[in-house]
Amino acid sequence: MSFINYLSREINCKIVYYGPGLCGKTTNLQYIYNRTNPDAKGKMISLATETERTLFFDFLPLEIGEIRGFKTRFHLYTVPGQVFYDASRKLILKGVDGVVFVADSQMLRAEANIESMDNLRTNLAEQGYNLDTLPYVIQYNKRDMPNISPVEELRHLLNTGNVPDFDAIATTGEGVFETLKSVAKLVLTELKRGAAR
Amino acid sequence: MASPQMVMYEEEFAQVQAVTNRLVQDANARVVFVIDKNGQLISASGDTGELDTTSLASLTAGTIAATGGIAELLREQEFATQYHEGVRQNVHIQVVSGRVILVVIFDNRTSLGLVRLRVKRATEHLTRIFEMVMAKAQDPFQSSPFAEITDDDIDNLFND
Repeated sequence: MSFINYLSREINCKIVYYGPGLCGKTTNLQYIYNRTNPDAKGKMISLATETERTLFFDFLPLEIGEIRGFKTRFHLYTVPGQVFYDASRKLILKGVDGVVFVADSQMLRAEANIESMDNLRTNLAEQGYNLDTLPYVIQYNKRDMPNISPVEELRHLLNTGNVPDFDAIATTGEGVFETLKSVAKLVLTELKRGAAR
Repeated sequence: MASPQMVMYEEEFAQVQAVTNRLVQDANARVVFVIDKNGQLISASGDTGELDTTSLASLTAGTIAATGGIAELLREQEFATQYHEGVRQNVHIQVVSGRVILVVIFDNRTSLGLVRLRVKRATEHLTRIFEMVMAKAQDPFQSSPFAEITDDDIDNLFND
């Protein structure tokens, strides 16, 4: 749910990075954080375990510019990917405006990707959202790893709705900003469409 | 969209700000802020200079969401009030009309009893204001800033 403040002329939107454990959600946010001008970002917060696995969420506020005099801010969140943190994932999806599904391209993670995608759909439905109508993009991460599935195969398995999708290597930043820009644009377009209704 | 968009117009924003300004004084608090349950900061009053209010808003909403999840598992109603006691500072958190969160940060210049008392009155005022805000958000005749935005405006935002 976006938030518009007329007095401070701000628009705030929430984007959630979803995907199986160790697929690179936090790495996406870390890359964005490291490569963003200090004026345009807030502090990145990671609620993680001692072994640096996401426990609750990562949070990164980002300002992307002005649109008709309104400062446009995106609040980026990741969910904990590990299966047993499902209760936390549900909470983070509350009020979401757009979703990035980060898939792990490694062949061994094919099942985990599908399971996480099904879990996303179910958890969104519980909050009253439909993945097919929500601004949503897919990122095929870890394209630099050995034993990866061809993109066509991943697309066939995961991108049944034919949403924008991107190859990525989050550790080097390849595809990271392309993914973010794409989902941010979809969110703003959806808000514009909603206003016209 | 699962929930209506929250739009704060100047009039309601000024009313919220007046309530939080007054609460800072009446409770002798250090900082008071109001955030929505999704972690967006709505207003802040008091000594906010050194505080990272954006992060505080997101983390407070996370706390409320997590305890809300616990309440659901226990088949309990939402835990509407929370209190965190520190060595030098304390945090009082109050959910207002199930929709926004009122946070008071205070130190030993005041007491929990006084903060609770003043929060109660502020909660009543804020409940009325946010009922108006949500009624306006559902009014189809209220204009949204997005109504005037063009596809070109959106494209321009992403031009390198």
